[in-house]
Amino acid sequence: MKSETVKSAVVDALRIASTILPEDVVNALKAARERETSDLGAAQLDAILQNVGIAREGSIPMCQDTGLQTFFIEAGAKSPFLGEIRDWIEAAVVDATAAIPLRPNTVDPFTGANPGNNTGRFMPFINWEIVEGDEVRITVLPKGGGSENMSTVKMLPPGVGLKGIKKAVVEHIVSCQGKPCPPTVIGVGIGGGADIALKLGKKAILRKIGSRHPNPDVAAYEGELLELVNMSGVGPMGVGGETTCLAVHVEYASRHPASLPLGILVQCWADRRSQVLVKADGTAEVIS
Amino acid sequence: MERRITLPIDEAQARELRVGDILYLTGKIFTARDEAHLTMLEAKEEGKTLPFDPGAMALFHCGPVVRQAGDSWEVIAAGPTTSVRMEIFEDKFLEAFAPRIVIGKGGMGDRTQAGLEKVGSVYTHYTGGAGALAAERIEQVDDVYWLDELGMPEAAWIFAVKDFGPLLVTMDSAGGNLYKDLEPKIAENMKAIAARIEG
Repeated sequence: MKSETVKSAVVDALRIASTILPEDVVNALKAARERETSDLGAAQLDAILQNVGIAREGSIPMCQDTGLQTFFIEAGAKSPFLGEIRDWIEAAVVDATAAIPLRPNTVDPFTGANPGNNTGRFMPFINWEIVEGDEVRITVLPKGGGSENMSTVKMLPPGVGLKGIKKAVVEHIVSCQGKPCPPTVIGVGIGGGADIALKLGKKAILRKIGSRHPNPDVAAYEGELLELVNMSGVGPMGVGGETTCLAVHVEYASRHPASLPLGILVQCWADRRSQVLVKADGTAEVIS
Repeated sequence: MERRITLPIDEAQARELRVGDILYLTGKIFTARDEAHLTMLEAKEEGKTLPFDPGAMALFHCGPVVRQAGDSWEVIAAGPTTSVRMEIFEDKFLEAFAPRIVIGKGGMGDRTQAGLEKVGSVYTHYTGGAGALAAERIEQVDDVYWLDELGMPEAAWIFAVKDFGPLLVTMDSAGGNLYKDLEPKIAENMKAIAARIEG
């Protein structure tokens, strides 16, 4: 059954994302530990790395906030499964919640009811993008609430320019202090509209740490932003130190002449993600 | 200084704890997030007796992942949640129940600071997201209250813990506050950052 194949691959991806921190993130945390000059900051990074090891060895979630199960799909227009993928993903989330287990995190805002299986109105949330081809690439992002609460959108006057964006990003990250569980990964979305800037920021956090935007000017801007936020001294968990952010990733869209939307997406140190590739023949495998 | 503490502790012992101390707790702790705080405060206002003694335990801002295994519960992951959400009622909660050690992440505000000073308690910071490490130090689940009403993350879980930490004291009963200590340094750094952006 193709539905079982895809579902079980998505369950695997959810398990991998929840229990095994991607290598690029682990390496960035280790590098941060080596750089750290504050004893208190270093102790936080030690506890994080110890925790990551316990989670990986025991195949248990690295954080009790296993997040809202958020999906980004690049769907090949010629894939035969476009009509079914939503149902398969929802079934996978239900199974994964019981099997891994994941914390039931979907609450109805009006009744307060929690169905207990991480589903609900529009949940799990799926971001669709139609691309060429017949394959479907599913990225899972279990996004924690503490860091998401620190995400924001600012509609800047265009006159402040790129300097103004730098200032707004640094000020915002510093104002978050230890709340989003630094060292964080920041997704900066620029342009589009209010919703688009946030969406671009969220897509930007899916990138691997160490990757740079293909546009060299934007890549340089990412590097400058990272240096600036790390000059702040907020440090790991906000107790002071060298590394407030592991990475800043920027994505942009053209903007209205009157608008300069800035979306700031904050991801905690537990930058969890995994990817499934569904081929046109119905086979599915976890590819990262 | 590093301190190994067996709970319960009294006010005098709690008042000796200072910002920068690193604690490892053995004894009982209870979890309470927004909803359990409200439920317990309401019970107090209505003159009801609570089913456990919060003053003899540490208060843990945590919504754990817990799995039922036969008659008992198994803690899968139990790191701290963001404490500042409880700022709106933590001072009242401290006055009502006097837990001597509060465990959370991210720090709290002026109202809680005043509450800690008045009651004689400390706020400690536990590494955010370290849910697997925390679970390793929880020996067993003694009990759970309001599970049906509030759900798994918001219920009050009673954990028996051993060497639970490292817990960094960041707010103490003598007015010490690590976050406030950092503010002038960060403000100075922000000036250098602004100069570089403008440069």
